Amino acid sequence: MSFKRRRQGLNRTMKSAVVQLPGLNRDRDMIAALTKISGKAPVTVWQTETELPDVDLIVIPGGFSYGDYLRCGAIAARMPVMQAIKAKAEQGVKVLGVCNGFQILVEAGLLPGALMRNASLKFVCREVKLEVVNADTDFTRAYAKGQIIRSPVAHHDGNYFADAETLKSIEGNGQIVFRYAEGTNPNGSMSDIAGVMNKAGNVLGMMPHPENLIEAAHGGSDGRGIFASALEVIAA
Amino acid sequence: MIKARVTVTLKNGVLDPQGKAIEGALGALGFDGIGQVRQGKVFDLQIETGDQAKAEADLKAMCEKLLANTVIENYSISFA
Repeated sequence: MSFKRRRQGLNRTMKSAVVQLPGLNRDRDMIAALTKISGKAPVTVWQTETELPDVDLIVIPGGFSYGDYLRCGAIAARMPVMQAIKAKAEQGVKVLGVCNGFQILVEAGLLPGALMRNASLKFVCREVKLEVVNADTDFTRAYAKGQIIRSPVAHHDGNYFADAETLKSIEGNGQIVFRYAEGTNPNGSMSDIAGVMNKAGNVLGMMPHPENLIEAAHGGSDGRGIFASALEVIAA
Repeated sequence: MIKARVTVTLKNGVLDPQGKAIEGALGALGFDGIGQVRQGKVFDLQIETGDQAKAEADLKAMCEKLLANTVIENYSISFA
């Protein structure tokens, strides 16, 4: 982490935005999590917007954008707002996609691989354990490498797939950020992959829902570190 | 007007849990000897042009950009 970025984090509150698309339903949870953790409500962005506000973190929440028609996230990934997000990502703005947001990011080509129907063919809604595979990222510096955290999952298509060459390259580059731990892989994901980032390290997608485990009322706060890291609420 | 059909199938080596489930169900119905079932998608499109070469080029672009996810799927285009 550069000195400049650290100083920015200390001097001002990081700003975030939450993308809203028809069929997404976890946006309220995400807005609540970001507001509670950063002390500042995120800006909301509608799918037709082509100019995004000046923020440090853009979050695409979960849900069922466009009814999961064609493929999960496929239609959303082609909406105008995604071009704008792509441009921001190229400038280094942090982008986090959770659940359907992850599916949208892979469909948009911002992250490698694809998310397929769960191997069990069942929708899974339960708690899993995640291993923090890479703690040296903008999203995970609040954790230690190898730390096991709890997280809820709720999805039908979280079965991560990448061809052998891609898998090798993302492993080698440290792009696998989270793996399902202790036999809790809920969907048949290759190599137990639960979250991957792009090569530059500023775009992260994950199937689990960290926004639903951030305070005592949720039964724990294991997910808080992702937002605290991305919003530089903790010391970098 | 040109009528076209786009068929999207999973690439070899990509696990198809839905195909597997269908395979099992066919077996349960007494259909023996099914080696493998792979599920795919079919899109029928009507295109307002008489120029088949242009239609084919457009359809290819549609497949690449939306209809297929080329990370996991192949596509083929045929004309009625």
